[in-house]
Amino acid sequence: MLKQIEKKVVAGERLTVADATAVYFHSNLLELAGMADFVRRRKHTGTTVTYNVGRNINYTNICWVKCKFCNFYAAPGSPDGYTLPHDEIFAKIDELIAVGGDVPHGCELLMQGGLNPKLRVEYFEELFVEITRRYPQVYLHALSATEIIYIAHISKLTIEETLRRLRQAGLQSLPGAGAEILSDAVRDQIAFRKDTTDEWLEVHRAAHHIGMNTTATMMYGSLEAAEQRIEHLELIRQTQDIALREIGSGRGGGKFTAFIAWDFQPEGTELQSNWDRRKSTGAEYLRMVALSRIFLDNIDNLQASYVTQGSKIAQIALRYGLNDFGSSMMEENVVSAAGTFHLMPISEFCRVIAEAGYEPRRRNTRYEFIE
Amino acid sequence: MLTETISASGLEDILQKVVEGERLDFSDGVRLYQAEDLNVVGYLANIVREQKNGSIAYYIRNQHINYTNICNKLCKFCSFYVTPRDERGYVLEPEVIRARVREFRDYPIREIHMVGGINPKLPYEYYLDIVRAVRDERPQAHVKAFTMIELAQLERVAKKPLEEVLTDLKTAGLDCCPGGGAEVFSNRVHEELFRAKLDNEGWFDVARVVHRSGLRSNATMLYGHIETVEEKVKHLIHIRELQDETGGFLCFVPLAFDPQNTELSHLPPPTGQQNLREIALARLMLDNFDHVKAFWIMVTPPVAQVAMWYGADDIDGTVAHYEITHALGATSHRQALSEADLLHLIAEARRDAVERDAFYNPVVSSEGLPHSDAARDTNDVEATAC
Repeated sequence: MLKQIEKKVVAGERLTVADATAVYFHSNLLELAGMADFVRRRKHTGTTVTYNVGRNINYTNICWVKCKFCNFYAAPGSPDGYTLPHDEIFAKIDELIAVGGDVPHGCELLMQGGLNPKLRVEYFEELFVEITRRYPQVYLHALSATEIIYIAHISKLTIEETLRRLRQAGLQSLPGAGAEILSDAVRDQIAFRKDTTDEWLEVHRAAHHIGMNTTATMMYGSLEAAEQRIEHLELIRQTQDIALREIGSGRGGGKFTAFIAWDFQPEGTELQSNWDRRKSTGAEYLRMVALSRIFLDNIDNLQASYVTQGSKIAQIALRYGLNDFGSSMMEENVVSAAGTFHLMPISEFCRVIAEAGYEPRRRNTRYEFIE
Repeated sequence: MLTETISASGLEDILQKVVEGERLDFSDGVRLYQAEDLNVVGYLANIVREQKNGSIAYYIRNQHINYTNICNKLCKFCSFYVTPRDERGYVLEPEVIRARVREFRDYPIREIHMVGGINPKLPYEYYLDIVRAVRDERPQAHVKAFTMIELAQLERVAKKPLEEVLTDLKTAGLDCCPGGGAEVFSNRVHEELFRAKLDNEGWFDVARVVHRSGLRSNATMLYGHIETVEEKVKHLIHIRELQDETGGFLCFVPLAFDPQNTELSHLPPPTGQQNLREIALARLMLDNFDHVKAFWIMVTPPVAQVAMWYGADDIDGTVAHYEITHALGATSHRQALSEADLLHLIAEARRDAVERDAFYNPVVSSEGLPHSDAARDTNDVEATAC
């Protein structure tokens, strides 16, 4: 079975869902790595591994959704809730620019937060306009599909109107968070108040349609079966096909720039309290990275999740299909509220990339090299 | 698909040797260290691993006891020791050791691993007493204690030949010896990092006598400090030659240097890929060793897990009470894993877990042990082992 799949991979033929299942259940990790590395090398000739200078800001932790896998949120009215004042956000951006330097749109600002009933589209417009005016160095990569849906809802706008208004204010691309597992059977169990599979995908399609890039993610290892992970990958691949078709016909213009997978971090979450599984492991991460690289033939970049996996496994994963180490983040509040997290300085990114035999290169959010 | 990468990497001759079970030489070792693609090296190592151990991943329920942290050897890569007059120094009296062992009396420990610093104040009788203490308290567990360095010290304080010391230790209950203290067999590294300690030939001489006395031991190599590739390959070949001579080594354990809180703290720690490569190299060069261990305390549990595809067949154990890496301040390293954690790691590596004793005999039943049910999960160990 694997031999036939290898032949397809070499020929550049698309794998079926059945092929992906066979790959997932194939025990020899090195053989998966071999195929994934082959695909990676075909997509990225040379020995470069990229990374991004960026900062994560969680502008609010107030959220009414109460996802069972989350240990970050505070319910509206809770004394632990916060919304960062603008000055604090600007101070954090100053720190980002101090690290990232004066490169136009070279410093990625990732802004994500809870679904806070007080924050309508005007709040974001005002904030984004101000960030854009003050900081030409920033690339604004903000608001997951879940947030976009909610902002549209409380502002009584369509998704497309919301995206257009936010883009007008300075939003440049959307992060892929909130995808979790794109299977309603799973979403109903782990986040039943959150957007459905179709709703998540619709936001990304709408963004692509108006020419905005997004990324795609997967949080595996909560309650789903292997088949549902593959179903997730298939939906991402189909959505990217649509985006690329639109680009090909001169419409649209946006697409998924990258795919990022990580495992559910259970500590302190509601889900953990009656969960009969154990936290997923490093070998499983490598397997998911390899499978994603082999299966997602239409996505250029696979990004590491060193924050959840640690630098050792992230570095090993460079031989399992990853070509990008991700963003320097500078702070992380969500997965770190639920267990494992590792942040590292840029010098350490460069060291582990170089020691793995690659040339570290800084990129921007559009995956263009920055000299 | 990796076989094509192997030819592209110019390592076909090594592949052929590996498949045919032919011994690799010095230049093969150097080439494998220098090969660009880690997975090519892993693929080759995995061939040997599966020839020798199939898909088995061994683990053990074990306990570590570090009887003293006082040491006069001043090794630059160590942050565990304190000098003899330091107020942080401790010596665990035999009664304390008994109590430590007793802490886990409801848990079927198979091996007690006991090592310590070279503390010049300890009399010969002390060493025999602590072995007896463990043996009395835990008659069913194997006692694995004293590196070659400590045995040289015992010989010194006993003022009698090592052969007689070993006879005394065996009578007291010693079953086998760990492999530490080998570091890197290079006069240059010895001179720079551990000058006061037994030199390379000394380590070999002690190991030879140990094996001749019928005791088996492990062997190690400490990597990731100032050693060169050539020194490491020579080290592995040297160990291989001694194994040819005595056949006394059970397992080889590559040990990752952790620079935190040592005199070499300016050095970066080894990366994940290096951890895997060292394991793979050991597996490929040491054709006369049955087992290669990925010691999770030093490389982290996920890297030890992944190492099951890079030559290792042993993920070590539950390790209740381990203090040496703890002293290094490696905050991300947990001090104990439950059996369920280990089984989960092995299962997600898609290997077959086999519980072993100190001699790699599979534990088929827990007969004769105070509590035999595997359902007695080891979370109670975690609770007490921090």
